[in-house]
Amino acid sequence: MRFLDEYRDPVAAGKWVAAIRALVTRPWNIMEVCGGQTHSIVRFGIDELLPPSIRLIHGPGCPVCVTPVELIDKAVAIAARPEVIFCSFGDMLRVPGSASDLFRVKSLGGDVRIVYSPLDAVKVAEENPGRKVVFFAVGFETTAPANALAVAEAHRRGLGNFSVLVSHVLVPPALEAVLSAPGRIVDGLLAAGHVCAVMGTEEYPPIALRHRVPIVVTAFEPLDLLEGIHMVVKQLEEGRHEVENQYHRLVRAGGNRPAQDLVKEVFRVKDRAWRGIGTIPMSGLGLREDYAAFDAEGIFEVEGVGGPESPDCRSGLVLQGLLKPTECPAFGTTCTPDNPLGATMVSNEGACAAYYRYRRHSQEPAHGV
Amino acid sequence: MCLGIPGKVVDVEEGPLRVGRVAFGDVVKEVSLVFVPDAAPGDFVVVHAGTGIEVIDEAKALRVFETLRLMEEP
Ligand code: SF4
Repeated sequence: MRFLDEYRDPVAAGKWVAAIRALVTRPWNIMEVCGGQTHSIVRFGIDELLPPSIRLIHGPGCPVCVTPVELIDKAVAIAARPEVIFCSFGDMLRVPGSASDLFRVKSLGGDVRIVYSPLDAVKVAEENPGRKVVFFAVGFETTAPANALAVAEAHRRGLGNFSVLVSHVLVPPALEAVLSAPGRIVDGLLAAGHVCAVMGTEEYPPIALRHRVPIVVTAFEPLDLLEGIHMVVKQLEEGRHEVENQYHRLVRAGGNRPAQDLVKEVFRVKDRAWRGIGTIPMSGLGLREDYAAFDAEGIFEVEGVGGPESPDCRSGLVLQGLLKPTECPAFGTTCTPDNPLGATMVSNEGACAAYYRYRRHSQEPAHGV
Repeated sequence: MCLGIPGKVVDVEEGPLRVGRVAFGDVVKEVSLVFVPDAAPGDFVVVHAGTGIEVIDEAKALRVFETLRLMEEP
């Protein structure tokens, strides 16, 4: 497929690896922020191609993974109601709540439907005026425009039976948290390309400056990732800490203004709990007052619903790059994609899922620094 | 969800949602192009959750290969 296959050329990848090798004089830890990048790295074995002194650390960029367990419990409680049609992206269905998950609700007869787009859920609401249709609006800045559009469209069509259960998180405050953590090991960052396509790059220079880290906005294919790593290593070796853009074929400095405008119209920034990590100030989105009629949490009165996390799951450490999935004692034993203890094992962007899918059978050598 | 993929715009129907058909290889999907008001048939857009988030700049897309070629020159 165009704009995919040509960025997977192994010969060109080998050239990038050689160029990185030629640059490196000392060990560096580079965090890729986005779970989509993590999957690409693990799938194509990019971490294994790099010189051993370059260590890739997987970051918190998986919105499914950081959705708090009580919100999954709320989703389960709402989806189980007979009057509700609960619409969700597919990878939320197996995410474990404290006692159940959406897949189980579906198998017990709940009307849980997988949709490809939040606008599909608006259509379901229009076609089922006698039912209450709830969409699980999960995501980072990349899906916020689509979710804002669905709410605005339901409003425009005057649909009184459509609402959203919002679990929206923002990347820059999470990066602040990772970089401010005591004992931080991250030297440089690959920023998430599609988040920046929407939001632009203007939030990053203060972060790069404050924490003295190079930040390179990077795309998702092997050649992109290798070029992004090359750019970070070059900055580190030269003692620079600037914001650069590897993904210039898509990302403009100002981002996508129409998308930003609608997100601001529908959502407001608020404090937010991240599963396994804790509350990060001003790191999430909630509906604005004007759109409160579309807030499923208000409509279904699920205040107080929510139980504890599995005590065996270490996903908080995995999401902060402090533990490799394969180092978790439950990995592949008591925790598998069919029987997950944590969200990182089931999400398409979860690090545990990536290692389970692509690395389970390989005897991975320890990645020395 | 962050796995936005590039697809080629086949056609666009103007309207409040600016719905267009976008081809991802052999699979064609209906996508809202309201946030990419300039996207026209033939353009490549990156799509997230059924919504186009940005248009690929084809001239800049070639630059990654250009950089590689320049690095190889002595
Ligand atoms: S392997 Fe399973 S239990 Fe361990 S951190 Fe990952 S999701 Fe949690």
